[in-house]
Amino acid sequence: MRVGLFIPCYVDQFYPHVGIATLQLLEKQGVEVVYPQNQTCCGQPMANSGFQELSKGCSNLFIKNFNEFDYIVSPSGSCVLYLKEHLSEDHHAPDYLGNRVYELTSFLTDVLKVENLNASFPHKVGMHQSCHGQRGLHLSSMSELVAPGFSKPGSLLNMVKDIEMIELNRIDECCGFGGTFCVTEEAVSVKMGKDRVADHLLHGAEYITGADMSCLMHMEGILKRQGSKTKVIHIAEILNGSPLTP
Amino acid sequence: MEQEVKTYANKKLALQGVGGPEHSELADIFNRDEDRVNWHDQTLWWVRQKRDKMAHSLPEWEELRNAASAIKHNALGNLHEYLLQFEANAKANGVTVHWAANAEEHNQIVHSLLKQHQITRMVKSKSMLTEECGLNEYLHEQGIDVIDSDLGERIVQLAKEPPSHIVMPCIHKKKEEIGELFHEYLGTPLDVSDPQVLAEAARQHLREIFITREATLTGVNFAIAETGEFVVCTNEGNADMGAHLADLHIACMGIEKIIPKKEHLGVFLRLLARSATGQPITTYSSHFKSPRPGQQMHLILVDNGRTVQLGREDFRNSLKCIRCGACMNTCPVYRRSGGHSYHNAVAGPIGSILAPNLDMEKYKDLPFASTLCGSCSNVCPVKIDIHDQLYKWRQVLVKKGLAPKAKTISMKLMSATLSSPAIYRMAGKMGRLTLKYAPFAVNNGFNPWYKQRDLPAPPKESFGEWYKKNRK
Repeated sequence: MRVGLFIPCYVDQFYPHVGIATLQLLEKQGVEVVYPQNQTCCGQPMANSGFQELSKGCSNLFIKNFNEFDYIVSPSGSCVLYLKEHLSEDHHAPDYLGNRVYELTSFLTDVLKVENLNASFPHKVGMHQSCHGQRGLHLSSMSELVAPGFSKPGSLLNMVKDIEMIELNRIDECCGFGGTFCVTEEAVSVKMGKDRVADHLLHGAEYITGADMSCLMHMEGILKRQGSKTKVIHIAEILNGSPLTP
Repeated sequence: MEQEVKTYANKKLALQGVGGPEHSELADIFNRDEDRVNWHDQTLWWVRQKRDKMAHSLPEWEELRNAASAIKHNALGNLHEYLLQFEANAKANGVTVHWAANAEEHNQIVHSLLKQHQITRMVKSKSMLTEECGLNEYLHEQGIDVIDSDLGERIVQLAKEPPSHIVMPCIHKKKEEIGELFHEYLGTPLDVSDPQVLAEAARQHLREIFITREATLTGVNFAIAETGEFVVCTNEGNADMGAHLADLHIACMGIEKIIPKKEHLGVFLRLLARSATGQPITTYSSHFKSPRPGQQMHLILVDNGRTVQLGREDFRNSLKCIRCGACMNTCPVYRRSGGHSYHNAVAGPIGSILAPNLDMEKYKDLPFASTLCGSCSNVCPVKIDIHDQLYKWRQVLVKKGLAPKAKTISMKLMSATLSSPAIYRMAGKMGRLTLKYAPFAVNNGFNPWYKQRDLPAPPKESFGEWYKKNRK
């Protein structure tokens, strides 16, 4: 099994340690992982702003870089959802390509069927459900729907020793990042982020984790400005066993 | 009173004008009072929780949603036939049926009916369609006095504001503010904000209105093609009070309110109030079929852009909407920006996909007032893919050239950078250098991110650079 590693542009640039944790985590599972070095971005930043036409360059690059792999794995539900929904629709990529793209946690649970992890994280942790991963990729059940409960990232965190997951008042409310929304609708975006962070702090979170670094980057920005000791950490870092310092 | 209605009309027009403040600006103003935002958010979240409780009490909830969506799909696909069937049956029942192509025609029909009967004062029960058509303002200009009889609508009418929510029109008002309004207009004692006392005062006030008005106007929640009857859902019984006492009953409906058969009604009645307010059913589900002896019953079928939307493949499903407001209650943006920030009769996610159909220029900001979190689509009782339609409207608006110039330029730059691995790597390096050594270049008041949030600490190398050194 050859896996192509897709690292979202902002993770590549601002959170390389999340990319490293993802790579190491996959390698530990005995998977051959390759990072094609001419990759850039999924194209979503333009498309969500209404400029899907301008994302063609990104899509073409993606197709060129990842066409040869059995699976394509990325530590971001949002980028994966975008690729799955729009790659073949607008850019004449072969249908199979979108089907081969997996968000990291669902790849671990659904393809590799991981049942135990050699990881320990003795901290109080709050789980942020990122909307695109949750409502788009169905990584976990949604509070709005009348359906049985489940959580792919949650089942993986359950395999981590000594971790203490906290409850939240609102289990799956958006953090307010929303791509360019975070600057064009600054007031609402910040208020959403503050409220989301407050829920975690109220329940004593030392860390806020999630499967999408963009949401975590947003909440980190607010935590830092508030001078909070609570940190954000991508789920790959926890599952990989030892968080890497940036 | 006259002056009040006039100010209300002006205020409303100002809110709705092209070139008026956009959602983000109005939301920014709303957010200056954080306590109020918290209160607004928590009030609506409480309604969302009530909805969840009700939905989870029905194991067949998702099947009901599927059924409702399928019935509406059929209704929209055969709209012309059902409308003609409805018209024929309603006529046979003794109802006079009118067709209005747009808001102006609708308003003129209402006015001509009132003129015909020499009526200058009308009581109205809740109808978002008349808000959409600007009926109150139009009739005021014709010298007709309209009193809204839905308590929430009456309150915003007294406050000279448009409704901020389609089901709970005055949800943005605290009870103390309502107490002040009632003190000023209804003569309740100063500083009384007990909801029971205020409701009683409103009841007395409206009862006086009901018995003195000769004409009433109601909305329509469902119109049944098979029988020619229509159903109006209220919690206050105000539609019935109006209709039972007036000699002239005018009912107005958008053409998408049609359902084919009476047996379909149960599906929608079970979904509507549960989705809207977390009640099993509205207190009153009133069926109107024939005028009583001596009464005239008129029904106006209004298009006002609906057939255009029907022709837009990507957006036609928006016409399935039964106006429950669940998407507003769940929307994290609506809860924190308030209904008036949408500067449209219908606010929130559903308003944001309906409004651009009416006027793309005027409402070009609304599809962007969302994080595309998708919660709206999940609560929608008729399963409208609201968040996907928001995304699609963005594409349409940009293609129409309605994007701000600065945004277009920055998007083109971003696209050029991200389309070339070499430029991307170079820009990344520069960006990280800027973050590290010249944070003032980005950390300033002009950068909306930095106003209330910090930026990530710049790492010494990108993942790509690390990979090159450590693998292969």
